This record gives sequence, structure tokens and C-alpha cells, in this order.
Amino acid sequence: MKLDNIYQEEKKSNFAKVSEIIITMASRPSGFIGLSILIFHVILAFISPYIAPYDFKAINPTLMLQAPSAEYWFGTDDLGRDVFTRTILGGRTALTITFFGSLIALLWGGLLGIFCGLVGGKTDDIVMRIVDAFLSIPWILAMLLIVSLLGTSTEVLIPALGFFYGKGIVRVARAATHDVIAKDFIVSARARGHSNFSIIWNEIIPNVRDAILVEGAMRWSWMLLGFSSLSFLGFGVSPPTPDWGLMISNARGLMSFAYWSVIAPIVGLSSLIIGINLTADAFAKALGIDRSTKAPV
Amino acid sequence: MLFLIIKRILLGLITLFIVSLITFVGTEILPGDACTTYLERQAFGEQLEACYRRLGLNVPAYERYVSWAVNAIQGDFGYSLSGEMPIKEVLGPRIKNSLVLASAAIFIGIPIALILGIVTALWRDKLPDVAISTVTIFAMTIPEFISATLLILIIAIWLEWLPGIVIVPTDVSFLELLPNIILPVIAIAMIMTAHMARMVRSSVIQVMASEYVQMAILKGVPYWKMVFKHVLPNALLPAINVVALTIAWLLGGVVVTEVVFNYPGLGRLVIESISNRDLPTVQALAIILASIYVSINLLADLMTLMLNPRLKTLQIRK
Repeated sequence: MKLDNIYQEEKKSNFAKVSEIIITMASRPSGFIGLSILIFHVILAFISPYIAPYDFKAINPTLMLQAPSAEYWFGTDDLGRDVFTRTILGGRTALTITFFGSLIALLWGGLLGIFCGLVGGKTDDIVMRIVDAFLSIPWILAMLLIVSLLGTSTEVLIPALGFFYGKGIVRVARAATHDVIAKDFIVSARARGHSNFSIIWNEIIPNVRDAILVEGAMRWSWMLLGFSSLSFLGFGVSPPTPDWGLMISNARGLMSFAYWSVIAPIVGLSSLIIGINLTADAFAKALGIDRSTKAPV
Repeated sequence: MLFLIIKRILLGLITLFIVSLITFVGTEILPGDACTTYLERQAFGEQLEACYRRLGLNVPAYERYVSWAVNAIQGDFGYSLSGEMPIKEVLGPRIKNSLVLASAAIFIGIPIALILGIVTALWRDKLPDVAISTVTIFAMTIPEFISATLLILIIAIWLEWLPGIVIVPTDVSFLELLPNIILPVIAIAMIMTAHMARMVRSSVIQVMASEYVQMAILKGVPYWKMVFKHVLPNALLPAINVVALTIAWLLGGVVVTEVVFNYPGLGRLVIESISNRDLPTVQALAIILASIYVSINLLADLMTLMLNPRLKTLQIRK
């Protein structure tokens, strides 16, 4: 009877596991809010090109800096473009680039970290020194260098962000690997003569996956922050692409008499970042990982 | 102990060496160099060669790296390209300005963070905790440029209490400067405080749940005496490292804040020098900011070591 139960536990499908985690996340108020915001933004990103009332790049000098009205819900900006249209479209680029960027960061950071944790020794020392060096360059300086080096096209930004934000994951994955490496099942796998690859794939990854995923979720919000800071500083996506960071920096100079054109993108970007953060926090709690003691590296 | 300290310092130096290599290679492969930027359309033939010779760009890259590194160790970072000034002189006032901003934020931020963190931990899941924690999540996650922009919009434009951007030169007297830097300091302190408060909170909660605190409660030690004597000293120790990392992380955030408030610190210099392709300055900035990061971490490591005898033996065993 008891053995049977254990067997049942094992056989739970991936789908059941995922939905269980999501239910746990949504059962806390903060997790529920975070998930709702995130889902809202993702859906918006998919449907916004179809529901946008105006053309995002249609310049109309006769409609400059109109206050919000029934026709232009969030008013118009300094070039007479509809702020509502630009706001609902403004998250698409950022969301896409940072989502795929985080996936890349997760992959290379996680695998390198696990590898370093497993092999140890000289390789580990050298890699960690390089990772430390990258960590000690302020993110903004490094991002600016990358962008002025490689440009701001999507094909460049995704791997660049993925590379740059993966370095912190290396540390987390390595530490998580160190936690499991001394356990008996690794020792017995070694004794059975498994290769490093097999040990990583079958023994370590299932055990460190949670920690790395949580870290990746957190990275996503930092990457979004970094990406929009770049746009804000004028080093990110180029106009007329609707982007929140860019919109805020354009509208900032005029906000003493046209505050609406700066408020809308602020709400958009802040809500998305808060949504991702709350979701990541809830995700960590659902998996039983305490994140609040970690520093924002 | 001495061995440990020396080892940490050596590791820090190695990290800085790698940083210098990375930035050198990074700036080296940047399209266009100082001369093409400086001469703009006249960048060909004689003039270009003359410029290369003048700036010493005609020797191989590794030779330039060595001579740059030797000079940099002595504090000489060469000449800035935009102002034709020694970088040392450009950096001096900028570092001072940023230091004013950062230290003001730290001095305001740390005590507030401690109080908020302790309050939220002791009243865990009660109203004060829920209220403060919600605010800290907002303060922590919203990008610097958004909170700074909102501060300007609300306090400088709508309420007209304080100037929105720094318009006075920074060498005026402190009282004249003060109203100008209040908003940037708040913007920086907010994020830092929120981060630290959250860490202090979880650290205090962890200690409160430990066995010796339970024991103290069972023994009937008065609540506040227990908090101050048994909980806080142990809870705040691990926070030192994290506080250091937060401060170091802030170096990036300060850049954005300085740009928003038009404050002439290191951060704005970063942006200016990258847009002007002023590579020598970029290199100098990278190595200086990285040194600040490494030394803050080193300091925190050493402080934790000194204050915690347990960690000391643990490290030696490793």
C-alpha cells in the first residue's frame, strides 16, 4: 500500500506538477496579483496590433499635445501621435527581447554553473574569476558598451542581454550544484560509472532546476529594467518604435504641461516589472525557496 | 586570519586585472576609434596617421595595454579626447559629486532600512508589515528613471517645492546646493532602502525562528531585551554583505538618476564618454567603478570575518 503511494507520487505528469505550482502561486494575494498583471501584459502584447485604434507612427501636427479625451484616451504626444496606441504597443519589443534573453541567460548560465560546480578545481577557479570580473563592471556601463559595439537590433540585443544577465545565474547554479554534489545519489552514480554528462542530466539538473528557474524569473525583471533604462538613455530601440523607456524620455521634457504622455508609459512599464517581480516571488515561495536574502547582483 | 585577508585582497586584484582586460578588449573592438571620431570627415591619409602617432595608436594593442595599465596603476589614465584634458582632472570633481550623492543616500537609507526591516519582521504578516512590504516592493522594482521622473513631476512641477534638475554648479556652498540634491538623493535612497529593508526583514525572521531565541522566550527573557540583545546582533551580521552588494549594485542606478537630474557626477560622465566615443575615459571609468565594487565587497567580507568568529574557523577549514 505504502509503496503504491510512492509510485503514484512519481507518476504525476509534468502538466499536473506545473498546474499545482501555478495554483499555489495564485493562492497568495501577491502571487495572484502578479500573475494577473503578467498574463494581462502578455495577452496585450499579442493582441495590441489588432486593437490599436490609430497608427503608432502617424504624425499629425494639428493634434500636438492634446489632453485625454473620448477620441484620444490618453491624449497625444508632441508629434500628435496617439499615446494610448503607443502605450499598448510599447511593451511588445521589451517583453519579447527580455523573455528570449532570459531563456538564453538561463541556459548558458545554468549549464556553465552546474558544470563548474561539478568539476571544480582549476577550471572552476578560472571561470569564476572571469564571472566575478564581469559582475564587478556596473551593468549599465557594460550594457552601453555592448550596445554601442553591436547596435540595437533584436538579433543582437537578445544574445547580448542573454549573455550579460547569465553571469549571475552561473553563481546561483554553481552554489545549488555544490549543495547536491555531496549527496549519496551523486556518489553512487559515480560509483556506477556514469559519465559527467549523464550525472548532470539525470541527477543534478532535476535537483537544481527550481533554484535556477527562480533566478531566471528574477533576471527577467532586471533585464527588463536594464533594457528600458537603455531605451530611456537613448541607447535602446530607435524611434519611431513605440517603447516605454523611449516614450518616457521623450515626454519627460514636456511633462510640466502634458503629463499624460509620460504617465501612460510609466504605468505600463511599472506594472509589468512589478507583475514579473511578484510572479517570481510567488514562484519562489511555491517552490519553497527564500529569495529575499539574495542581493541584486 | 592574516592569510585570509591577503588571499581576499589578491583575489580582488585578479578580478580587477580581468576587468581591465575585458574593458580594453571591449573598447578595442568598438567600431571607429578616437581618431576617426575626432577628425570626423577628415579621417584619412596624412591627418589620420598623424593623429594615430600623436595618440600612440600606431603601436600593437598589447603594447598599448601594458603601457596603459602601468600608467593607470599610478593614477594616470591618459588624456580625455573630448576636452583634451587629463582624465585625472576630469574625474576628480565628478567623483566628489557622486560621492556626495551616494553617501547622503547611504546615511539616510541605512537607518531607515534597519528600522523598517526590524518593524516588518517583528510584526510579521500584521498590518505594519503588509503596508511597509507593499511599499518596499514598489520602491524596489520600479526603475530609477521612473521614480525620478515621478518625483520631479510631483514635487518639482506640481507642488513646486524643490528644483527638478540640478542647475547650480556643484562647488557652491552646501546650503545653496542642498535643495538641488534632495530629490536625487531621495530617488537613490528609495531603491537602496527598499532592498536593504527586505533583507533585514528576512534575516531577523530567520533568527527569531531559531532555537536559541525560542529558548530565551521559554526562559522568560523580556521581549524587547531579547530582541535587542539576542536577535539583532545575530540578524544584522549577514546583512552586512548584502548591504555592500546593494551599494555596489547602486553604482549602475546612480548613472540613470544622475542623467535624469542633470547632476554632474560619474554617472553622467559614463553616458557622455560613451556617446562621444571617448574610449580612454570609458576605460578609466570601468576600472574605477569596478575597483569601487571590489573594494566594497572586500570591506564587507573582512567586516563579517572580524565580527563573526564562527565564520572565521569555517573559512580556514575550507
